[in-house]
Amino acid sequence: MSKQLNRNGVSPALRAVITAGIIILVVATLFPFYWVVRTSLTPNSRIYVDAGRLLPPSPTFMNYPRVLGLVDAATSVALGGTGQSVNFLVNLKNSLIISVCVTFFSTLFSAMAAYAFSRLHFPGRDQIFYLILAAMMVPGVVMMIPNFVFVRQLGLLNTYAGVMAPCLIMTPYAVFFLRQFFLGINKEIEEAAYLDGAGQYQTFFTIILPLMQTALVTLAVTTFINTWNDYMWPLIVGKKEEIRTLTVALGVFRSQTPQGQPDWSGLTAGTVLAIIPALAIYGVFGKKIVNSVQFSGFR
Amino acid sequence: MKTNKYALKRNLVAFSFVVPCLVGFAAFYMLPTIRGLWYSFTDWDLFNKARFIGVQNYTKLFRDKDFWTAMKVTVLYVLLNIPAQTLLAVLIALIMNKATRHGFMRGILLTPWIMSNVVVGLLWLWMLDSSVGIVNVLLRRMGTDGINFLTSTKAALPSIAMINIWRHMGYTGLLVFAGLQSVPKEIEEAAVIDGAGPVRKLVSVVLPYIRPVMAFVVITTVIGSFQIYDTIAVTTKGGPVTATYVIYLFIYKNGFESYKMGYSSAAAMVLFAILVCISAVQMKIMKGSESN
Repeated sequence: MSKQLNRNGVSPALRAVITAGIIILVVATLFPFYWVVRTSLTPNSRIYVDAGRLLPPSPTFMNYPRVLGLVDAATSVALGGTGQSVNFLVNLKNSLIISVCVTFFSTLFSAMAAYAFSRLHFPGRDQIFYLILAAMMVPGVVMMIPNFVFVRQLGLLNTYAGVMAPCLIMTPYAVFFLRQFFLGINKEIEEAAYLDGAGQYQTFFTIILPLMQTALVTLAVTTFINTWNDYMWPLIVGKKEEIRTLTVALGVFRSQTPQGQPDWSGLTAGTVLAIIPALAIYGVFGKKIVNSVQFSGFR
Repeated sequence: MKTNKYALKRNLVAFSFVVPCLVGFAAFYMLPTIRGLWYSFTDWDLFNKARFIGVQNYTKLFRDKDFWTAMKVTVLYVLLNIPAQTLLAVLIALIMNKATRHGFMRGILLTPWIMSNVVVGLLWLWMLDSSVGIVNVLLRRMGTDGINFLTSTKAALPSIAMINIWRHMGYTGLLVFAGLQSVPKEIEEAAVIDGAGPVRKLVSVVLPYIRPVMAFVVITTVIGSFQIYDTIAVTTKGGPVTATYVIYLFIYKNGFESYKMGYSSAAAMVLFAILVCISAVQMKIMKGSESN
């Protein structure tokens, strides 16, 4: 139906302009990704000579084991490294541990809270919810210093727990997002469960959660990507090498560059390592993410 | 009596659902907001005992040249960012609206937005490098001298804006597109019958209709732009000189490099106040469109 409208409503000239626009946008979006992959497959010695060549000159995969810390220092320098220690494998592991834990716990506890705020009754329920809603207005930087101080007082600087802490249990956005969906559940479903003698917990875990699968997955995916991408907080709390996430490690790797040119093939290989997980998740759940963006436009 | 007991038990069970959430909220959202406000009235330096000094941080802040530089750069950045990004978003939305396979296009255009600012910053740091970056290689091939995108005081801030526009254009475009989908066909047709051309139809019929979405897009972009940090931290680090020294860098440097926690908190509070004012404007615009 909409296809037909398009065909009828658009003149050939306009059609050509639109097609050109699409091509420009798609190329502008994808080319930087291609270029960083291309550079990660280029040996450092060829970066300067063949700066403009479209395909990687004398392509090699060696930049990856090099930045993953899988070769010894001498080999790394021979391969074109600057001799600074890089061990992105550890950072990759840290990012995974932190993102998976935050995603699991914050989705679980936010879902429980969102269910209570939309479906259950207790005194002060709506006042508390509005307080949480109001917290969405507070910019991150306001809470950053006090949170840093708090985590320091707890003795959690340079620990996974410290890096995870602020978002581990809940985020106001997660509670808000899920509540919108819980509000739409048919009351009769719950009532039937209660009549069967199920308690509130049993009803929630065996009936409500499975029903809310789509919303939960959408939230989990966004939470994972946000945690994976976070930079400032893990930077100030997880400075120590063993705790650094991949984004922090990339920033450090970039700023440790000795005077002159950075180790471009190493840096781009590291960047590709950070891109892959986000891209993989996007490939699987892309549609859900697109839908959640459209949802945020209508809230 | 019995029903009371039953109700109490139900209340308690219901309340237990929100207990973990409340603990997290109190510890990492409410407490830090209150503490941040308190710090902003003290001279705390992370090591010595905090002393209440009234509004001294704030008065000092307003006389601090560094603070005004950071404010100026931030506002300039917002002004560079918003018109270009909004215009591009509308353009992308219009193209998506007419494209036959917009699902595919939406998927691709949203990809940069999924990536972290650090990744995007590094991507463009490499693309825009003065000597070997592909953009300059191509510019020189075309016979120009090339541009020091991130290393000259003039081009650095616009380049940062460009990088962020690249990351966000698919996202904002998608938001506007969602708005366009909600415009009833009859309204558009009525405009055409009245003799409006495509541009006229867009400006005087379609855009006013999706005003709430447009307001949302502009305001979230403004609020987001005020909080730019990661991209600059991995590319220009505030330089060259102070060309990209934004307010987040000011707060970060004072807090985590000079340990002036009180002073830094005061700056964060000023930023908070600015963002609240902007959100208030948003509410007003949204309300205005409801009554229409």
